[in-house]
Amino acid sequence: MNTDLLAFAFILLFGLLIAYQSVRVLRGHRPLLRSLAAFNQLRKGVGSSVESGKGIHISLGYGGIDGQKGASALIGLSVLHRFSRVSSVSDTPPVITSGESTLAILSQDTLRSTLREIGELEQYDPLAGRVSGLTPLAFVAGALPQVLDEQVSLNVLLGHFGGDVVLLTDAAGRMKSTTLAGSDDIAAQAAIYASATQPLIGEELFAAGAYLGAPPAHVASLLTQDVFRWIIIVSILVGAILKFLGFL
Amino acid sequence: MKHNLRTILLALIAGFAGLVVLVGYFIDIPLLTDLRRDFLRWGVLLSSVAIMVGVANLFQVHWRRVRTRQPGGMYSFILILSMIVTLIIAGFFGPTAASSQWIYNHIQVPIEASLLSLLAVVLTYAAVRLLRHRPNLFSFVFVLTALLVLLGAVSMPQGMSIPYVADLRLWIEQILVTSGARGLLIGVGLGTLATGLRVLFGVDRPYGG
Repeated sequence: MNTDLLAFAFILLFGLLIAYQSVRVLRGHRPLLRSLAAFNQLRKGVGSSVESGKGIHISLGYGGIDGQKGASALIGLSVLHRFSRVSSVSDTPPVITSGESTLAILSQDTLRSTLREIGELEQYDPLAGRVSGLTPLAFVAGALPQVLDEQVSLNVLLGHFGGDVVLLTDAAGRMKSTTLAGSDDIAAQAAIYASATQPLIGEELFAAGAYLGAPPAHVASLLTQDVFRWIIIVSILVGAILKFLGFL
Repeated sequence: MKHNLRTILLALIAGFAGLVVLVGYFIDIPLLTDLRRDFLRWGVLLSSVAIMVGVANLFQVHWRRVRTRQPGGMYSFILILSMIVTLIIAGFFGPTAASSQWIYNHIQVPIEASLLSLLAVVLTYAAVRLLRHRPNLFSFVFVLTALLVLLGAVSMPQGMSIPYVADLRLWIEQILVTSGARGLLIGVGLGTLATGLRVLFGVDRPYGG
């Protein structure tokens, strides 16, 4: 069979299953999600930063949106959309750094549309969504002043980063501010595990919407991911057994 | 959530463009392939414009820091000055001219290399701090594995070697790390697909609609 068509069928089936699970969730199906400390801490961190009048720093990494790396930044934007509403009442508005121009534009747009929704458009500062550098290390160097800012009590780093993210998470640790971090990159995940106060490992990053009260499609896509994960696990095991027995 | 006409229109345009590019990638229909190619060309053009917007944004952020005399404003001033000088030199002589290359090779590369070398120190320090902040079995395994891999990779004086460490490092890298990384990548791949489809369906709208 043509592998392109097989891949297309896989995506189609994935999409149909998300649609089916969305209908189930809309009809009242509430799956039990395992507790993830990182998201509980994120909610608390946003609340306490608003109460203390301190700001939130959200970083979307340097992956851009025109490739595979873009998905993790889209999760960061989704989190920004959910929390900019809450943090807009704080004395210090959120600051969003990114290492890619399209991400900076999208972060400005997300911030503006959220403020428009709540009727606080006059609070909008176009420079709150900013490019901190256009190469990975320049981005990290440019984002460091935000992390080291005493007025920032929570750092949310969700997007594509490399191992260099440790410079940000380590700086946040020295400032004793909470850091929730997740990336699609394996090296970054290792660095994040070692240095962030609230690390997100593997696909936990992509579960953010489902845990933070996003539309039902987020929970539905999480359920779909679980179904496909089991299909892949069973396929790998069956393939290994068949190979071991000499059938492949 | 309230959906106005603008939101619906934006979601429809984004969904249509995404669907054309996705289907055009897998199914070879001439009209679809042409449309896909045009959409991708527009995407590349818009990305190029976005880079200019990004540079302008970077300038504005640092100019504000200088103007309002914020802490670290001096660094912002140096950045703006460097940006202008580089722009003039690269704009006047061209980006591949010797003077432009000199800036890249003698300023940008050494600075980034020194920052990169700092990474190794910070990572090691972070691993040690992990045991203090999160003293559990996983942290212990993490630090122990890092130490074993470092020991296996370090070059020893002639005639000296730690028995089994090099083999152990190879086994960790080829079996444990590869299988673990593949497991993580499957999860990331499925998450990426789900995120892409949500944008295609218009559930997630990162374009502010």
